[in-house]
Amino acid sequence: MTLETVGKAIMHDSAELHVQGNAVYIDDMREPDGTVHVAPGYAKHGARGKITKLDLSAVRNSARVIAVLTASDIPAKNDCSPNAGDDPIFAEDEIQFHGQVIFAVVAETRDLARRAALLANIVIEEEKPAVTVQDALKETKPDLLAPYAFTKGDVAKLLKSSPQKISGSFDIGGQEHFYLEGQIAFAIPGEQGAMLVYSSTQHPTEIQHSVAAMLGVDDAKITAECRRMGGGFGGKESQATQWACLAALAAHKTGRPAKCRLDRDDDMMMTGKRHDFHVDYAAAFDKTARITAVDVNLMARCGYSADLSNAICDRAMFHADNTYFYPAYNIATRRLKTNTVSNTAFRGFGGPQGILFAEQMMQAIAIQTGMDALEVRKRNLYARGRDVTPYGQKLRDNITADVIAQLEKTSSYAKRRKEIAAFNKTSKILKKGLALTPVKFGISFTFTQMNQAGALVHVYADGSVHLNHGGTEMGQGLYVKVAQVVAEVFGIALEHVAITATTTGKVPNTSPTAASSGTDLNGMAAANAAKIIKDRMAAHAAKIWKVAKSKIIFANGKVKSGRKSMSFADLAKATKEAKISLSSTGFYFTPEIHWNRATGQGMPFYYFAYGAACSEVLIDTMTGEMKVTRVDILHDVGHSLNPAIDIGQIEGGFVQGLGWLTTEELVYDAKGVLRTHAPSTYKIPCASDLPEDFRLALYKSKGNVMDTIYRSKAVGEPPLMLPISVWCAVMDAVSSIKPGVVPKLNAPATPENILRAVQLL
Amino acid sequence: MNALEFMRRGELVRIDKFAPDTMLLEYLRLTEKSRGTKEGCNEGDCGACTVVLGTPYNGGVRYQAVNACILLLGQIHGKELITVDDLAHGGILHPVQQAMVDAHASQCGFCTPGFVMSLFSLAHEGRKVSRQDVVEQIAGNLCRCTGYRPIIDAGLAACGAVDDHWHKTQAETFVTLENIKGDLFAGDTNSFFAAPSTSETLADLCATYSEATIVSGCTDVGLWITKQMRAQPKIIYTGAAKDFAHIVDHGSHLSIGAGATYEDAFEALEKISPDLGGLLKRIGARQVRASGTIGGNIANGSPIGDMPPALIALGATLHLRSGKTERKLKLEDFFIAYGKQDRKPGELVWQIDVPKPKPNQMFHCAKITKRRDDDISAVMGAFLFTFDNEKIIAARIAYGGMAGTPKRASKTEAVLIGKTLQEAMHIVLDDFEPLSDMRASAEYRSTVANALLHKALMQAAGETDLQVLI
Repeated sequence: MTLETVGKAIMHDSAELHVQGNAVYIDDMREPDGTVHVAPGYAKHGARGKITKLDLSAVRNSARVIAVLTASDIPAKNDCSPNAGDDPIFAEDEIQFHGQVIFAVVAETRDLARRAALLANIVIEEEKPAVTVQDALKETKPDLLAPYAFTKGDVAKLLKSSPQKISGSFDIGGQEHFYLEGQIAFAIPGEQGAMLVYSSTQHPTEIQHSVAAMLGVDDAKITAECRRMGGGFGGKESQATQWACLAALAAHKTGRPAKCRLDRDDDMMMTGKRHDFHVDYAAAFDKTARITAVDVNLMARCGYSADLSNAICDRAMFHADNTYFYPAYNIATRRLKTNTVSNTAFRGFGGPQGILFAEQMMQAIAIQTGMDALEVRKRNLYARGRDVTPYGQKLRDNITADVIAQLEKTSSYAKRRKEIAAFNKTSKILKKGLALTPVKFGISFTFTQMNQAGALVHVYADGSVHLNHGGTEMGQGLYVKVAQVVAEVFGIALEHVAITATTTGKVPNTSPTAASSGTDLNGMAAANAAKIIKDRMAAHAAKIWKVAKSKIIFANGKVKSGRKSMSFADLAKATKEAKISLSSTGFYFTPEIHWNRATGQGMPFYYFAYGAACSEVLIDTMTGEMKVTRVDILHDVGHSLNPAIDIGQIEGGFVQGLGWLTTEELVYDAKGVLRTHAPSTYKIPCASDLPEDFRLALYKSKGNVMDTIYRSKAVGEPPLMLPISVWCAVMDAVSSIKPGVVPKLNAPATPENILRAVQLL
Repeated sequence: MNALEFMRRGELVRIDKFAPDTMLLEYLRLTEKSRGTKEGCNEGDCGACTVVLGTPYNGGVRYQAVNACILLLGQIHGKELITVDDLAHGGILHPVQQAMVDAHASQCGFCTPGFVMSLFSLAHEGRKVSRQDVVEQIAGNLCRCTGYRPIIDAGLAACGAVDDHWHKTQAETFVTLENIKGDLFAGDTNSFFAAPSTSETLADLCATYSEATIVSGCTDVGLWITKQMRAQPKIIYTGAAKDFAHIVDHGSHLSIGAGATYEDAFEALEKISPDLGGLLKRIGARQVRASGTIGGNIANGSPIGDMPPALIALGATLHLRSGKTERKLKLEDFFIAYGKQDRKPGELVWQIDVPKPKPNQMFHCAKITKRRDDDISAVMGAFLFTFDNEKIIAARIAYGGMAGTPKRASKTEAVLIGKTLQEAMHIVLDDFEPLSDMRASAEYRSTVANALLHKALMQAAGETDLQVLI
């Protein structure tokens, strides 16, 4: 089958708007007359303890303040958590982290609201906060969430009896999302208790539900809408809700449109981040460096509340194998409570931390045994007969060996390995490192029921198409990909498919746009909706032409059967005149998958996405400074729906992961105050961090083995883990100073952490 | 003159009433309601708010990218203001915009207007650009989606000789802008924005209103306003005084007017030392270097400013001016303690005299950061060694990030005297007790400060391959 629109490198639907500044984000919408502005307020001092004084009189008396809101102003439920009920919109009796919202100011302008918020007189009876994983381990209370593990075999015995073994311990840092558009919501009160909430969110349904629960009204009264986000990355999956609730509450109280947009520093203090982990592990392996048993404990800093930490820590476990077979294992996790902001979803959702552990272990085994790290990796790959994961899923689509083999060749790995060894022999201060690491990433929400999506498609009598679905656009190109799918189904030009904002009013009960699943789920749902309409149109054409429905073909904007032909628009008109509906919903859920958390067995993932990267670095052993000098990537997207969009996801994911592992460092002080709450102190990559020598290729796929939309593969998260190759290359470079000794390198590999690893050799 | 005047979309705009501390971004988004320009961080670190200012320059117009979030509205007096909303004409995208579309250089699109304006500014430099030029140009623009490769490609495709509307009309624009003359004083004695047009009137005004906030680039004061919400009712802006930004080469030394921006001073300082040029390119990014001034970096007394240590090592002299009275002091003596400088109310940092290294001297400087570009130093070190044959006969060493002020390593300087480079390699820097903060721990600062000293010595000894970063 020749495809007309799917598979083409088509520009992002908003590209021409973006470059002109005409793409409308929520703060760009013209405010209706009377719009009020909301600013959150918090205690300047304190991260943990009772609120002993809350004097907001100066706030109330500040210029043009309309209202000051606290917990007592909430009509129904003071909660904005995804499900656990432990994220108060306003802290009531105590605070659990520095920056926790205690009140909100509603004022005539945003500037006045922010000024007023600074005037609060709040006293906290400060208790010593648990800030780090180590602090949390010392707490006497139970963990935030119950520990969980995958186990098989007598790991302790295997570890004890194996002559070859390794153990390690290292820290994995968290990561701030730094979506360029900060958190924002804009609520417009309607009739009879209705409310329209514009929210920059990956999860409109949760916005709808939380606002309704807060106000004590039916979900049906609330509509949540999002045309686009200025970046999300997981940071707007569960944590866009609080700001939507604040805006909605202000609108409810004042009867006026209300907008809540966080200042960047507040955003960074008040919203959760990627979970940081401390990892302790031991592993046994045979004389060929093949692993026989793994015992790992992944200890996560979850922050003060559950948020999505359970699923995130589970996913860390699901990826602690990466592409490697462990015959016996104890893959354990602790989900620790700290007095820090509640950590949340971030591209990869725990997977990156799990994979980083696996790759650190491979690198460490190689260093300890003196073998080449790529050889160690290859010996441990999943293969026939060694193809069941620690959660009982048998791999059906494993292409890792081929991906690695191709990349090894195109990156000239062996040749460069020799050159680097020669360089390191003579270079005193500067050292080079090289590493090739694979990625295998499971695709599906591991909470199986979330793998569903809906769409709504209308065909108008002029042949144009209105498309709506439950997925949200955060820059990843979901809207254009789904539009391509619908254009393909109808055989019409993409320009006739109108993309519309995601709204709970058109498609209900949606899952968040997360877990890389946006296109898989919504693309299928939209295709199903379009196919239903197409089928009705085909039936009508068959009736007109008196041919079998199966003979009707939709292509190039035309509908044909043999020599008979009419335009898609003419058929749309004729179908409407024949009193046949040209509107349909479409629905899809991922088939086959199942997961039993109690037994730790099942098929949680419909399929896996694969990729590999080979990175070279240069480090300065006197200062710890580091530069990435070359990167080669080979990544599998199945049959790409849109190579331009997919390449953008791979490159962007790589650089974002590079930031996580190199320059981005979250620093909390002992009092639990985040010291890196602005881009002046928190450094995401900029243009010069991308190596000039950056080579990217898409894996020549025969298509997804599973029946996904046009046999494509999800691409949002998997590339984020490709720069683990950079971090491992740093380990390689450091270890060149003292072969055989595993460097104690933490992530991120900042100059300070690299230098410390050098000094500790 | 009591009204602010600037050019916008071909017209002269006059504003006679505005709060002195109105930021340009606020004006654009809330007053003009031009919402193409975005607020990303509100502190000049992400570049989403990048706009371009046109300034009369050699008969034409120089188009520089600046951060609108930390630029005062008053600072655009006498300039042309160009924003992303203005670029497309009659449905046709500007070449820079078209190149961005063609390269698939936007994803979420929120940072895109800023990149477009940064590249617009580069395109108007009218020179063939290299990949490095593009990377430098956009170092102050953060993108969280694309990974930059397509944006760099777009920059390479679009920058070079651009022949757009602005290029074609720059002679007329020059004339219009040149006609905006004289001292600006908008407001009354209780609340004003003043932009004197000469250094003399500037000095007088600062003496008269010694309580006023003196603003040059506003890259620091901007944050007092946007983040600390500190009201600034009286502002004296130095940037309109052209003779306050002079750069004069006296042969043995340079004289730099305190109002000279990093961008203005780059060429002259790079000639003194390539290290200094490299350092300047890593101070802020182009938006900040177009606004921020050498004098401002001194006057604000920051312990982590990058220029003071370099200038102290070079032996710079600072001129201060109060009304008609001028005094001089060694730059290092200006910094008394953290947050305390030897500057009286109403006194202006006036001029910096920078001696050029002599043939028997070697100068080096380096900064250590988490990220190569647009990052504040954890440690910054600057070194001037004077030799008599093999022996060091004098040393001037200054560090940033190691104390509450930019500070000389006097003990180490003394120990170095009389040593050969080989002997000097054994010396351990022992002048400072630095603090731990979010940029680095005290231990790392000490180790690296010592490493920078040793590297400078090795560099002086002719060793190469010492740097990972430029």
